[in-house]
Amino acid sequence: MATPLTLKELSKKEDLFTHGHRMCSGCGAPIVVKMVLMATDYPVIAANATGCLEVSSCISEYTAWKIPWIHTAFENAAATLSGVETMYRSLKKQGKIDKDVKFIAFGGDGGTYDIGFQSLSGAMERGHDMIYVCYDNGAYMNTGIQRSSATPLGADTTTCPAGSVIPGKLRARKNLTKIMAAHNIPYAAQASPSHWMDLMKKVQKAHSYEGPKFLNVLAPCNRGWRSKTNDAIALCKLAVNSCYWPLYEIENGVTKITSTPREKAPVADFMKPQGRFKHLFEPGNEALLQRVQEEVDAEWEKLKNAEKCGC
Amino acid sequence: MAKVVAVTGNEACANALRQVNPDVCGIYPITPQTDMMQRYASFISDGKVDTEAILVESEHSSMSACIGASAAGGRVITATSSQGLALMWEMLHIASGDRLPIIMPVVNRALSAPLNIHGDHSDAMGARDTGWIQIWSENAQEAYDNTIQAFRVGEHMDIRLPVMVCLDGFIISHSIERMEYLEDAEVKNFVGEFKNLYPLLDLEKPKSYGPLILTDLYHEYKRAQHEVMLKVKDVVLDVAKDFEKMSGRKYGLFETYRLEDADIALVILNSAAGTSKDVIDEFRNKGIKAGLLKPRLFRPFPYEEVAEALKNTKAVCVLDRSDSFGGYGPLFMEISSALYQLKERPVLINKIYGLGGRDYLPSHAELVLNELHGIAQGGKINIIKEYIGVRE
Amino acid sequence: MKQKGWKELVPGAVVLEGGSACKFKTGSWRAFRPVWIEENCIQCLFCWIYCPDMAIKVKDGKRGEFDYDYCKGCGICALECPGKKGKKAIVMEEEGK
Ligand SMILES: Cc1ncc(C[n+]2csc(CCOP(=O)(O)OP(=O)(O)O)c2C)c(N)n1
Ligand code: SF4
Ligand code: SF4
Ligand code: SF4
Ligand SMILES: [Mg+2]
Repeated sequence: MATPLTLKELSKKEDLFTHGHRMCSGCGAPIVVKMVLMATDYPVIAANATGCLEVSSCISEYTAWKIPWIHTAFENAAATLSGVETMYRSLKKQGKIDKDVKFIAFGGDGGTYDIGFQSLSGAMERGHDMIYVCYDNGAYMNTGIQRSSATPLGADTTTCPAGSVIPGKLRARKNLTKIMAAHNIPYAAQASPSHWMDLMKKVQKAHSYEGPKFLNVLAPCNRGWRSKTNDAIALCKLAVNSCYWPLYEIENGVTKITSTPREKAPVADFMKPQGRFKHLFEPGNEALLQRVQEEVDAEWEKLKNAEKCGC
Repeated sequence: MAKVVAVTGNEACANALRQVNPDVCGIYPITPQTDMMQRYASFISDGKVDTEAILVESEHSSMSACIGASAAGGRVITATSSQGLALMWEMLHIASGDRLPIIMPVVNRALSAPLNIHGDHSDAMGARDTGWIQIWSENAQEAYDNTIQAFRVGEHMDIRLPVMVCLDGFIISHSIERMEYLEDAEVKNFVGEFKNLYPLLDLEKPKSYGPLILTDLYHEYKRAQHEVMLKVKDVVLDVAKDFEKMSGRKYGLFETYRLEDADIALVILNSAAGTSKDVIDEFRNKGIKAGLLKPRLFRPFPYEEVAEALKNTKAVCVLDRSDSFGGYGPLFMEISSALYQLKERPVLINKIYGLGGRDYLPSHAELVLNELHGIAQGGKINIIKEYIGVRE
Repeated sequence: MKQKGWKELVPGAVVLEGGSACKFKTGSWRAFRPVWIEENCIQCLFCWIYCPDMAIKVKDGKRGEFDYDYCKGCGICALECPGKKGKKAIVMEEEGK
């Protein structure tokens, strides 16, 4: 039985991800993890790719995880968890274990869109029973804010710095949520911790399916985004309202937008408070800023069309 | 009752694995290993084992999944060769650092470039420092026997380390050989039930695998890992003793052949030892005291025992089927280290042979033994490290 | 605390106690301190759900005090707090003032 999604009821649950972790003050990733685990009403085992979340949540004898957890390397959270899940199935088949157990992998955007892409695709194709959660902060944060294929167009990172000739990242983001849905998995969705109920509903829905599921969750990083320590949730709301980060799900191949902004805000509203986009508001970069808006608009139109045509 | 069969090395290993019946198996094709895991997949499809296969999309994922499965709590196997082992390299260290007893036959093959699918030892030698136990095998019988013993060694509660069982690609993996199988029940009984140490699937006691360890403890963890390796030799010998009781076949840390009173000796791994033994017999017939040492346990390396076995020889040639370019062959480096501790030691030379499946011929062994004989008679060494069987 | 020697380590560096990070207090990281003004609180629990450090105590569904042992002072709770009639129930104050 799934816990009713009211904060009052949820607050009675034990924190499966505890305080004492060492993520930066105001980091979005632990908020994502706590919400995902809060919406999980089963015994659960997690795997974690190398990255900020992993290095800050389990150091020496201090682990923030109250559930069985495994980190092995950077590019293989999905493969590692597929091994755990397969051992579970083997022992269950042999009658050596009788519990129902769920499996969740957590990876950053670098560990998911880039270096862990093959391992993720393989695990999804093989059909392992797991939810893969990407906490997407749009760069390799743990190693110091390098560009990933999730880094937004125009962003200033340490490997695509905004210079006098090249104004930051010149390529748009990879649309990983759609790529994962194209694996014909039962459930793929995009979520944001600002919309906690929507996020948790998606986790519960994902758990209700057997097989591979994918959740892409926005996870602000105030260091990499060069924003304030208090604005993770506020930026998430702006990301959703500007359709930079639309909330939707693809359930059995059918696309549904789960939150439509009352009034679509300009993407500049989301970008302005972030130092990584500062140069885009300087004279000479108007065209690039315009291109960012156009890309967001085009993706949003595509998404609405997908919903309309029921595909 | 043992059963005499005529099988390939791959088939023999696949059968050993079937008899052990592990819980999870990672499968990915690469020549010359492919056919071993294909055979294993048939055992799964035909319901002959309880194993769940993970048909991974790469060897990196194979080892990652094996690590996950082993940490979850159960018996885990995979097998690979060459590029596959190279791709696993990162994860090999994690399997041993996490102390997970994964068992993996490695069908030795050359490394690219240039691309070559044939047998040499470059792959496993490249994985020498990954913290895995390495047991080497001359023929299908040894590969089979070593595979079975590997479970007992790696899973021993004082050890808990992954084990590679090495056999020569094609020469052994694909040649049919007469050998003996043990009974299924004997093998089952010999390896026993898998014992868990810290299983993730014990949900009541949640554990975290893979923490970040800083400068304050990393050095200590590695010291502890070194200590475990020091215990491996005794366990290997104990297991071999039990195995002998069951099978009648005797194993040690290495095999010696006519070495006790030898003046000159070859040190050589795996299948080429067989050819060498025949040539040693010929030299003995000529009245030249030749002998041979064939390492079995390469990691951990039994330095004192090897030194003891070679200490009365006058000249020794270490034959390496892989090269450490710009250095000596990897086996030569071990033997030099072992002998250096002796007050009086034999003269030592190094030959690189058989790369990329190049045949190792009796004439090669002859050439080397003649050179050693000359050195033992007071001749001088022309060159310490040299390629043999190579065209000018 | 005495540091462990190599003979005292758990094989494989496995951490055997789930949630042991609770022993690591992060409150000292704080430069700003959230202060709860109870009379402005409408018990919406937004502060609790959004806190990245699980540093707001809730008992029987009711908001309690901050857990200053762990609160890193990010200020998310204060920003997201709706408060009562436009009056915030959380304000941030500089530490040590
Ligand atoms: C094979 C490998 N390459 C590179 C690294 C270095 N590395 C560790 S974490 C990391 C960045 C992680 O980025 P992401 O997955 O986005 O997570 P984040 O730190 O942003 O949360 C990198 C590059 C590594 N550990 N392993
Ligand atoms: S660098 Fe960014 S992602 Fe990493 S812990 Fe700090 S805020 Fe979080
Ligand atoms: S300031 Fe940040 S860490 Fe402290 S209670 Fe508020 S949200 Fe939590
Ligand atoms: S967010 Fe503000 S109003 Fe809501 S429970 Fe917290 S302190 Fe009270
Ligand atoms: Mg990232």
